[in-house]
Amino acid sequence: MSATAPLLAMRGIDKAFLGVPVLSSVDLTVARGEVHALVGENGAGKSTLMKILAGVHTADAGTIELDGRAVSFTHPLQAQHAGVASVFQEFNLLPELTVAENVHLGREPKRRGLIDRRAMVDATAAVLADLGVEDLAPTAKVGSLSVAHQQITEIAKALSQGAGLVCMDEPTAALADAEVELLYRLVGRLRERGTAVLYVSHRLKEIFDLCDRITVLKDGRLVDTTATADTTPDDLVAKMVGRRIEAQFPAPLPGTAPGEVRLKVAGGGNDWVDGIDLEVRAGEIVGLAGLQGSGRTEIAEAVFGIAPFTRGAVEVDGRPVRITGPRKAIGAGIALVTEDRKAQGLALRQSVRANARMVLDANARVHSRRRLARVSGILSSLDLVARGEDQEVRFLSGGNQQKVVVAKWLAAEPGVIVLDEPTRGIDVGAKHKLYSVVRDLAAEGLAVLLIASELIEVIGLADRIVVLHDGRIAGELPGGATEQQVMAYATGRAPE
Amino acid sequence: MTQRPHQPRLGTTALIYLALAGVLAAGAVATAIDGGNLFATANLVDMLTRTSLTGFLAIGMTLVILCRSLDLSVGYTAALSSLVAATTMDGQVANIPLAVAAVLLVSGLIGAANGAVTAYLGVNPFITTLGTGLIIKGYLDTQYKGPAGDVPALFQQFGYTRIGPVPVSTVVMLAVAAAAIWFLRSTRTGHHMYAVGGDADVARMSGIRTGRTLMAAHVLCGMTAGVAGLLLAARFGTGSAEAYTNLYELDAIAAVVLGGTLLLGGKGGVAGTVAGVAILAVLDTVFNVMQIDPFAKDVLRGAVIIAAVAIYARRQLDPAARRPRFAEGRAS
Repeated sequence: MSATAPLLAMRGIDKAFLGVPVLSSVDLTVARGEVHALVGENGAGKSTLMKILAGVHTADAGTIELDGRAVSFTHPLQAQHAGVASVFQEFNLLPELTVAENVHLGREPKRRGLIDRRAMVDATAAVLADLGVEDLAPTAKVGSLSVAHQQITEIAKALSQGAGLVCMDEPTAALADAEVELLYRLVGRLRERGTAVLYVSHRLKEIFDLCDRITVLKDGRLVDTTATADTTPDDLVAKMVGRRIEAQFPAPLPGTAPGEVRLKVAGGGNDWVDGIDLEVRAGEIVGLAGLQGSGRTEIAEAVFGIAPFTRGAVEVDGRPVRITGPRKAIGAGIALVTEDRKAQGLALRQSVRANARMVLDANARVHSRRRLARVSGILSSLDLVARGEDQEVRFLSGGNQQKVVVAKWLAAEPGVIVLDEPTRGIDVGAKHKLYSVVRDLAAEGLAVLLIASELIEVIGLADRIVVLHDGRIAGELPGGATEQQVMAYATGRAPE
Repeated sequence: MTQRPHQPRLGTTALIYLALAGVLAAGAVATAIDGGNLFATANLVDMLTRTSLTGFLAIGMTLVILCRSLDLSVGYTAALSSLVAATTMDGQVANIPLAVAAVLLVSGLIGAANGAVTAYLGVNPFITTLGTGLIIKGYLDTQYKGPAGDVPALFQQFGYTRIGPVPVSTVVMLAVAAAAIWFLRSTRTGHHMYAVGGDADVARMSGIRTGRTLMAAHVLCGMTAGVAGLLLAARFGTGSAEAYTNLYELDAIAAVVLGGTLLLGGKGGVAGTVAGVAILAVLDTVFNVMQIDPFAKDVLRGAVIIAAVAIYARRQLDPAARRPRFAEGRAS
């Protein structure tokens, strides 16, 4: 490799979103036929780096060279034409078309001006054979395929476009165990034919099984690139988490102990999570930690009835409840501050007042004059900064929008509040205000279930941490546990 | 990894032809009980005649709906086309080719305008085509107080001649349908319509020029409305502005949806649409034969359309919106 330039060389890549740096001077080189792992915690910048390579984002600074030639992508098509293919978790496939049609979409082979279906099927069969995949028919409709076969279709599409580098974002996240085996074979096959793979994953086992070299990112900076043979899983975890500037978290009031169990889930399960045993007491903040796709949000959605548990039992304040939908959950005294505030939490073009009253207005059982009268008080107790209650919420800052969401739920006087990524997309100052709001809620006797992908938040804020892996509870830790302990459970390794 | 077994499930198109057979059978029984015969020549002719006009409109409508668009202006385009045809022909056989060309040009331009505004200005197609429809209506209402133009007898044969019980117009409609099926299947532009309607972002990311594809669908939809206008002119022997009052566009949309094409685009086809058109024609003939009150007729039509779409919707429910990790039954 000394004589020839590496297949890919990214140097000094910077990227900021809205002034917040996400990547600072990151370097990455990938050789031909190499399987290169890109690892780091949630928010370390892995996905952003991959999206820059795929042409989805454009870097603010730095250079990208492919085969020694400088390139710059402002559109995903340019990256594709340059031979960089990306397989994201959200597939870019049309379910109503066949495998062959998807593989050749936009580049259909023609004969005498018409689409040559025979050639399309034959070419697809050839690519699949080259990949060593025998059980996938080019004429099968993509919508009827398993996730693994859809993934293969994506990879076949990339190869048929002549990709020399395939980027895979968490390729096993949605696969069953048997399918992971298939992906392993596929990656091996790609390496044999000289195609490089950039493998973004959290799963240490896969990384050590598959990858030649590993690049670790942390907080948007390059930590290290090492050969897999020269490192160990423990080393890698230490590099991924390290230590960083302590955030300020409000401590529980001295002398308060958790009270009665307010939310209890026994053996809860549905299509996405299973075997969930969970208790949250009055005055307690329980953190749900886990990697992307581990089932954190799915538990929140099950508790709130969006995608209910189909197995197990749920009790609120000692009374068994059957939560079949959000309305049932609200009636039982459960509130959910959703992950996606703009899509699910707020009516953006309506006023602060209309939003804050929405839960009360919509649910006759919790509606009362007394509660309506309290809404203004709740808003001001959260230090909402707005021109007035008539202002449309879309004009508020992220932090203030989130306060409106919290207010609308507090107005309903819930016993259990589930917070899914409550600080996503809000600035540091507002984050700290929200932390103390969350602590105050607990102090008032609410049971708080907190989900956050920033480990530091869960560790700093929660009294207890439940760690998920692959839709199951992998372990439980006390508040203030180390990031290494949480990551050990979250990556599916035995605790130390 | 094992390939999941092929589900022995009927394709949507086969299902719709089955539904058509069912409607025919039910209609035959109903008319027989009423003392009539649905398959008497007069009734067959009536049925087949009804298919041609809606058929032309519905074929074009299928293309735009496949692209996740819509065209509410086809009824007005057809009315305008009938006037363009009749006034250009002006009773002269020699003018027929010119008239046909003029109609296709005008209707194609209307479609192009619809497509351009929708694709490049980003206006919702519902609004775009409602707008063009109103513009044409306003023009017709102010310029043509009554029928205008004169269609020579030769061209009127397009409206009335039959081969056995089959009207020539129906044969032409079926030929256009066959051409459209071929177009969707064998040309890139046609094939790309499924991609654009299925997911415009995926289509764009695959290098498909989505704007052009949408334009093509709208132009072709306009032109089939033009052909429908030619048929109107042939039947009336003159151009008729009043034709738009029949709300043909709604029949066309109903036929497309009955034919199994998803209103959200990306799925369906012209073969299904032809069956949808036929189902509506059978219903109308049955109602006619049984002399059902015209208002009750509309109630029944509406009920059938809603029921059919509700059945499709159940088949459409996507259980795989998010892939299950612990599917029911194999959880430990």
